[in-house]
Amino acid sequence: MNAPSRSTGNRQAPPWLRKALGLAPLGPHYLFRRHALLTRATHWLNAVILFVMLLSGLQIFNAHPALYWGRTSDFDHPLLSLSARGSDDAVTKGVTQVGPWSFDTTGVLGASRVDGEMTARGFPDWATIPGPQWLAMGRLWHFAFAWLFVLNGAIFVVYAFWSRHAQRELIPGRDDLAHLPREIADHARLRFAKGEAAKHYNALQKLAYGSVIFGVAPLIVLTGLTMSPTIDAAFPELLWIFGGRQSARTIHFLCAFAFLGFFVVHIIMVVLSGTWNNLRSMITGRYVIEGDEHG
Amino acid sequence: MAEDRRGFLKTALASAGALALSSCTPLSQKPWVAEALGEVENLTRRVQRLFAGSHALAPEFARKDIAPVFRANGTLDPGTDDYAAHAANGFADWRIEVGGLVGNKLSLSLADLRGFPARTQITRHDCVEGWSCIGEWTGAPLALVLAAAKPKPEARYVMFYCADPMGNSSSGDVPFYYESLDLLEATHPQTLLAYELNGKVLPIEHGAPVRLRAERQLGYKMAKYVERLELVENFSEINGGRGGYWEDLGYSWYAGI
Repeated sequence: MNAPSRSTGNRQAPPWLRKALGLAPLGPHYLFRRHALLTRATHWLNAVILFVMLLSGLQIFNAHPALYWGRTSDFDHPLLSLSARGSDDAVTKGVTQVGPWSFDTTGVLGASRVDGEMTARGFPDWATIPGPQWLAMGRLWHFAFAWLFVLNGAIFVVYAFWSRHAQRELIPGRDDLAHLPREIADHARLRFAKGEAAKHYNALQKLAYGSVIFGVAPLIVLTGLTMSPTIDAAFPELLWIFGGRQSARTIHFLCAFAFLGFFVVHIIMVVLSGTWNNLRSMITGRYVIEGDEHG
Repeated sequence: MAEDRRGFLKTALASAGALALSSCTPLSQKPWVAEALGEVENLTRRVQRLFAGSHALAPEFARKDIAPVFRANGTLDPGTDDYAAHAANGFADWRIEVGGLVGNKLSLSLADLRGFPARTQITRHDCVEGWSCIGEWTGAPLALVLAAAKPKPEARYVMFYCADPMGNSSSGDVPFYYESLDLLEATHPQTLLAYELNGKVLPIEHGAPVRLRAERQLGYKMAKYVERLELVENFSEINGGRGGYWEDLGYSWYAGI
């Protein structure tokens, strides 16, 4: 396909905008089948599941907004705590304490407005499911969606190994690691792979997707299970692995924020490297590659 | 341009988030949603039981792990005249009745309870809120008490009725705390009718004179101020029908997670 011959004036949209809007590239291009149906289905299901898991998890956290290390809660020495100052009737300030450091986080962490009134809350009501303080319902959402998370993740992982997607695209090999410094430099300059190279994940992508799928995801499931007293009776070695129930709770919390961090970077990269092309490839499976098919 | 893009993205994300969020709270208020989510509790219970069985023991700890101050939660003093009178004379007249579907009804004094072979265990207490505390509990294994009461074959659950009214008792009719365990959890070797904490008589804020310990469950299952046990076939006709005070308010009956 050739570029339209409107070369007069500066009215031509810049390449990034054409990309973002999903306009065909000016040069030759073709469609490449990038994501399998099962990958696409589990991806979008996972997006919904993680959304509910994170927000219902924050609801549960709010019941005791503090983290500790070890077997038990050393209430006087939390690693992290979100607390309110003032009286029960008049909360004045929200304080986030990380180890020895304290920050005024009024309005967001420790104390935020609920129906216009400053209230003692770990995370604000816009960040929790359900919105109001409601531990019992937060637990119901969290534990029901935890099953979906595990089931959906297991289906994807089994499929990924069976189809060799995992071996080819998710687990970095020796070559990938050799390319890593260059790719970091390219990414920092927002230069993304084109043509043939765009058909495969680069080392950074493999590291990001691989560590989330095979690192953070199993870790968040295992630390979640370690918080269950019945599971601790069945598998006491979990406590040994994570250094106790309260350590497991802290790691679980850190994993949740690792997911959130991954999500933020993921969205930024999707937008910067061709929003619509990326989105289409995760919806219909098809991705536009610039260049000739046999080039 | 970059600013515009960021602005657009921010607005789009914020509106998508707000839309999703605003639908979660009304959803939570629909009874069928709570029912559907609650159904998963059965799956969780079955799978956890598959692995934990009836006898897997909760981890026990060393003396050095005992918390210097064991956090008290829930009712800290029942506050009724009746309870105050019992406390004043050292619970000498406290009785624990065991009835319902049993062949041999019991009425146990504290001395009777101490007459059972005692078990002492240093275990971790996990509150539904998320914190944990380690303490040393001594009491009569519930399995032995139940054996003495000779449960009938149709008995499936043990109800625990407590002396602490929930809410302001001066306003009249308030529910008293109650809980239930199925026989599998009730006859677990670490399930105790505990009368000592850290080698001392159970303090009032921890449920004096007798509280339940069910070490594979969360704190709200471990009823304090226990004065009556009843064996039943099911609890659907008892109070709110969900097997416990907090369960009637929406918490899961199965508290192994």
